[in-house]
Amino acid sequence: MDNEKKVLTCINCPVGCRMEVTLSPEGAFLSVSGNTCPRGAAYARQECTQPLRTVTAVLPVTGSSVPLSVKTSAPIPKEKIAELMEVLADITVSAPVTLGDVIIPDVLHTGADLVATRSVYTG
Amino acid sequence: MNQAVFSSVPESDPFFSDVLIVGAGITGTALARELSRYEVSVTVLDRGPDVAAGATKANSGIVHAGYDAAPGTKKAYYNVRGAAMYESLCAELCVPFRRCGALVIGFDAADAAVLEDLLARGRRNGVEGLSVISGEEARAMEPALNPDVACALSVPCSAIVSPYELAFALADDAALNGVRFVFSRCAVSAGRDENGWDIGTASGETFRAKVFINCAGAGGADLHNLISSERLSMTHRRGQYYLLDRMTDLPFSRTIFQCPSALGKGVLISPTVHGNLLLGPNAEDVPDPLDTATTAEGLSFVLSRARRTWPQASTRFNITNFAGLRAHLDAGDFVIGRVSGVPGAFEAIGIESPGLSSAPAIAADLAADVATYLKLKKKADIIPFPPRPKPFCEMTDDERASAVRKDPAYGNIICRCETVTEAEIRSAIRRPVGARTVDGVKRRTRAGMGRCQGGFCSPRVAQILSEETGIPLPEITKDGGESRLLCDSVSSFLKGGAEHE
Amino acid sequence: MSENFAETSLDLVVIGAGPAGLAAAIAARETGISSMLVLERESEPGGILRQCIHNGFGLHRFKEELTGPEYAQRDIDRARELAIPMECGTTVLSVSRDRVITCVSPVSGFRRIRAKAVVLAMGCRERPRGALCTPGTRCAGIYSAGTAQRFVNLEGWMPGRRVVILGSGDIGLIMARRMTLQGAKVLACVEIMPYSSGLNRNIVQCLEDYGIPLYLSHTVTDIRGRERLTGVTVAKVDENRNPIPGTGIDFDCDTLLLSCGLIPENELSQGAGVLLSPATSGAVVSERLETSVPGIFACGNVLHVHDLVDHVSAESTRAGQAAASYIRNGPAPAASRPVLDGSGVRGTVPQQVSTSPEEDVSFMFRPSAVYRNAAAVAVCGGRELARKKAMIFTPGEMAVLTVKKEAFESLPDGEITVSIEQPEGR
Repeated sequence: MDNEKKVLTCINCPVGCRMEVTLSPEGAFLSVSGNTCPRGAAYARQECTQPLRTVTAVLPVTGSSVPLSVKTSAPIPKEKIAELMEVLADITVSAPVTLGDVIIPDVLHTGADLVATRSVYTG
Repeated sequence: MNQAVFSSVPESDPFFSDVLIVGAGITGTALARELSRYEVSVTVLDRGPDVAAGATKANSGIVHAGYDAAPGTKKAYYNVRGAAMYESLCAELCVPFRRCGALVIGFDAADAAVLEDLLARGRRNGVEGLSVISGEEARAMEPALNPDVACALSVPCSAIVSPYELAFALADDAALNGVRFVFSRCAVSAGRDENGWDIGTASGETFRAKVFINCAGAGGADLHNLISSERLSMTHRRGQYYLLDRMTDLPFSRTIFQCPSALGKGVLISPTVHGNLLLGPNAEDVPDPLDTATTAEGLSFVLSRARRTWPQASTRFNITNFAGLRAHLDAGDFVIGRVSGVPGAFEAIGIESPGLSSAPAIAADLAADVATYLKLKKKADIIPFPPRPKPFCEMTDDERASAVRKDPAYGNIICRCETVTEAEIRSAIRRPVGARTVDGVKRRTRAGMGRCQGGFCSPRVAQILSEETGIPLPEITKDGGESRLLCDSVSSFLKGGAEHE
Repeated sequence: MSENFAETSLDLVVIGAGPAGLAAAIAARETGISSMLVLERESEPGGILRQCIHNGFGLHRFKEELTGPEYAQRDIDRARELAIPMECGTTVLSVSRDRVITCVSPVSGFRRIRAKAVVLAMGCRERPRGALCTPGTRCAGIYSAGTAQRFVNLEGWMPGRRVVILGSGDIGLIMARRMTLQGAKVLACVEIMPYSSGLNRNIVQCLEDYGIPLYLSHTVTDIRGRERLTGVTVAKVDENRNPIPGTGIDFDCDTLLLSCGLIPENELSQGAGVLLSPATSGAVVSERLETSVPGIFACGNVLHVHDLVDHVSAESTRAGQAAASYIRNGPAPAASRPVLDGSGVRGTVPQQVSTSPEEDVSFMFRPSAVYRNAAAVAVCGGRELARKKAMIFTPGEMAVLTVKKEAFESLPDGEITVSIEQPEGR
C-alpha cells in the first residue's frame, strides 16, 4: 500500500496555511509541508492523530441578565465536544464571576479547565 | 378574551356593541373615528394583529389629486373630497403630510394626448391647479428626469402622507372616545335576526351588533358574499416596491408618475414623508389574498420601469422591499353604503387606489348614513386628540435637553439609524391603541425602519415590549400570530436536545 | 442664549469604546493628554468584542489566542489604570465640522462638548436583506448574523432551531458553529461568490468540523413563511452572480442568518463634513488617520472593515497619537500625495500620504480577487517603494504592505499606486 496524502488547513492563526500531510498506509502521521511556522507542523501532527479544539460557549448566570462567556483553557479532543455541551446544559453559574475563574476544573478529564472569559457582577 | 382589547371605556359585555366594523385599515379606522363622535358603542375587529395590517401599511402613501378616476365614479367623487380633508386632518392628528406636488411624465405624442385627457378629466372631477407642461419645464423642476421626457402633467396639489401613521392616529382618537379595537379576529360567518347581527370569528367567538359594517379590505368581497345574494367578485392585485435609504438630496422632490398606457398604470417614483424614496408598484393578480411576498420578476419589472423615469435608478441604496394587495372589485369602482337588500349592513369595499386619498370622505359619508339609520345623537363632549410630542429626531438641541431632563428615557437612544428614544417606544406601546409587536413599534416610531433594518434595535425593542406588556420575551412577535422572534433561552434550548429537529 | 444644557470643552473626544476607541484613547493618554472623554452607547465598553465570545483574537498583539471579551478586557483594564474618563450608555447625536459634539444619556442628560480633536471609532453595521433585494415574504426569523450573535451571547436567547446562513463571511461562519454548539441544526452556509470571504480556519473549525455544507456560487432566491420563516430556496448563480433557473434547492428552516457584508457606520462623520471613500465607505484619511476635516481622526471598522482586531488596535494607536499631536502642536502639513487602487486592489487606506511621513507607512487594502503566488507592490512615478510576496491574496483577508519612511525621501510628485502583480507565465 502507498502512503496517503491529505490537505489540511491550519487553524492556529488567521493565516490558515494550507498544508499537505503524508500519512502511512496505516494512517500514521509521517510528514507535513506548506506550514510557515512550527506551530503549523505541530497542529498537522495533532490533527492527524487526535484532533483538538478550543470550545467557547455561554452559561446562564443567576443574578445577571447577561450570560457568562466561557472557554476551555486548552483545546480538548474534538470528539468530546458534544459531551461537553451536554454537561454545560445543566450548569448555571452565580454572580459574581471574575474573568479567569475556573467554572469546571479538568472538564471531562481532558486536563483543560472551563474558565470564565468575562467578569459578571451582581445586579 | 385572551388578546389585548383596546378601549378607554370599560364595557360590561365585550362581545356586544351597537356597531361592529370589520377592518382596521384606513377605511375602518377613519369610520370608527367619525362614529366615535356619536352616542353609540363601536367595536372594530381585524384579522391582523394591529391597525393597518393589510394594504394600509403597504402602499405608495400618495394623496392623489383625483385626475385619474373616471368622472362620475365614486372613486372620483371621494378622491377629490377626501384629498381636500387631508391637510387639516393630518395637522389635527400630528401625522406627517407634505404637499410635494406631482408630475405625470410623457415621452411622445400618444402620451401627450393621454396627458390632455387626464387634464380634462381632472378638471371635470374638480381638481385645481393642473396644467400640461413641456419636457424642458419638467426637467427644470426635476433635473433627474429622463432627458427623453417630452411633456408632463403638473399636479401641484398632489401630496404624500404616512398611511399607517394616519391609521394609528385615527384609531387612537377613536379608542380615546370609546371605540373598542379587537385584533387577530377573522370574521368567517354572519347571521342576522330581529335583534341584529351575529358575526362569528375563526377563533370561535361571536360578536353581536345592531349594525355591521364591512371595511374588510382584501376580505371585503368574501364578507359581502356571506350576507348578500348579489355576489361581488374581487381580484387581489399585488404591487411590489423598493424603499431606498433616506438622503439629504433625494433625486426627486415630487412624486413622478408615468403616463398610464396600454402597458398599465406605470411605476412611480416618490419621496416619502420621512425622506426615503419609493419605487413601484407593479400590478399582478394573485390568487391568495394573503400573498404579499415579493418576487424576483416583480422587483425586476419595477426597477426596469423606474429607469424610464430615472435612468440612474439603482438599488445600491435599497434598504427593503415590500408588497401590498389592492382590493380590486371586478366592477372597478368603490362599493360604499347600505348593502342592498340587507337591512343593518353597510360596506366600504373595493377600496383600492385612490382609497387612501378617499378614506376621510368615505368615512364621513358612511358615518352620517349609519347615524341616520340608527337615529344617533352627537356627543356633547369629545375627548380631544392630545397633541403628539415632536419626535426626538426632529427636536432642536434645546428641546432635546428639556425632554431628557423631564424624562430620562429620552436619553436612551434605541434606534440609532432613525434616532428613536426609549421614551417614544414606551409611548407607542402605551397609546390608546398601542403597539404589541415589534412591527407595531416600528410603524409607530420608525425604530427599525432605517438603514440597518432593526439589526441594532430589535433586541432592545423586544425587551421594552416585554417589560411594558408583561408578555414574556420568547412570546414577543414581529407581527402577530406565530411570528415569534425567539424560540427559547439558551440553557433550556440546550437541555431540550434532540427535540429540535 | 436660552440654552438649558451643559456645554463643556475638552481636548479630545473619542466616539466609541470598542477596541478602536479604547486603543486611541489609551495612546492619547499615554502621550499625556488628560482632558478627554470616551463616549460609548452600550452599557459597557468593549464594542463588538463583547459578543464575540469565540477565540482567535490577539495572536499578533499578545502572542496568545484570546476570546473577544478577554481581548477587550486588556484595553478596558489599561484604560481604567490610566483613569481615562469614559461614559457608557451615551449616544453621540452629532459631530460638527468645528468639532462640536452633542450627545445624550439618561443619566447625564443632553450635552454639548467642544473638542480640539475627535477620534471617530463607531465601528460598522451589517448589510440587511434589503441591500440584497432577496424576494419572498417578510417573516420573523430573518436576522443579520450579528443580531443573532447578540441574542445568543449577550442576551441568552436562541433565535431559532433550523438555520440556513447566507454569506460565508466570518460572522456567518462563527454563527454556524455557535448555533450548532448551542443545539440548533445548521443546514447550510450559502455563498454567492466562488470563494468564501471568511478566514480559512473558520471554514475548517466552523463548517467542516460540524459537517455543515458550504454552497459556493449560490444564493437564496426565495424566502417563505407567512408569520415565521418556514423555508428558503437556494440556487446556483452564474458568472454574473445571477441565479440559474432550475437549480433551486429547498431547505426547511425557521431561521435565516445574513452575513452579507459590513458597512462602516459613518452617519456622524457625514454630518461633520468628513469626506468618505466609495471604495471603503469610510473616511478618506492620511497616514496619520486624519480625515478631510482638520482635527477629526478615524480608525477601526468605521474607517475600513478589518479582519483582525490586532490591526484595529495598531491603527487606532496611531490615530490616538496623531490626535494628541494635533492637540499639542496644531495641524500637521497637509497630506497631499494621493494613493490609488491599482489592479487587483480595492480600498487602500490611507488614501493620502504626507510628503515626509514620520514613520513607516502601512498600506492596508483588500485584494479584489483571489491571487496565488503574487506580489503586492507600491509604486510612485516609476519607482518601486515596496514589494511583498504572498502565497495567496484573497478578498476575505485584508492585506498589509509597509513602505519604509526612507522610501519617501526625494520621491517625485505624483500619486502612489498599490497593486497586485500576478506571476508571469504560470
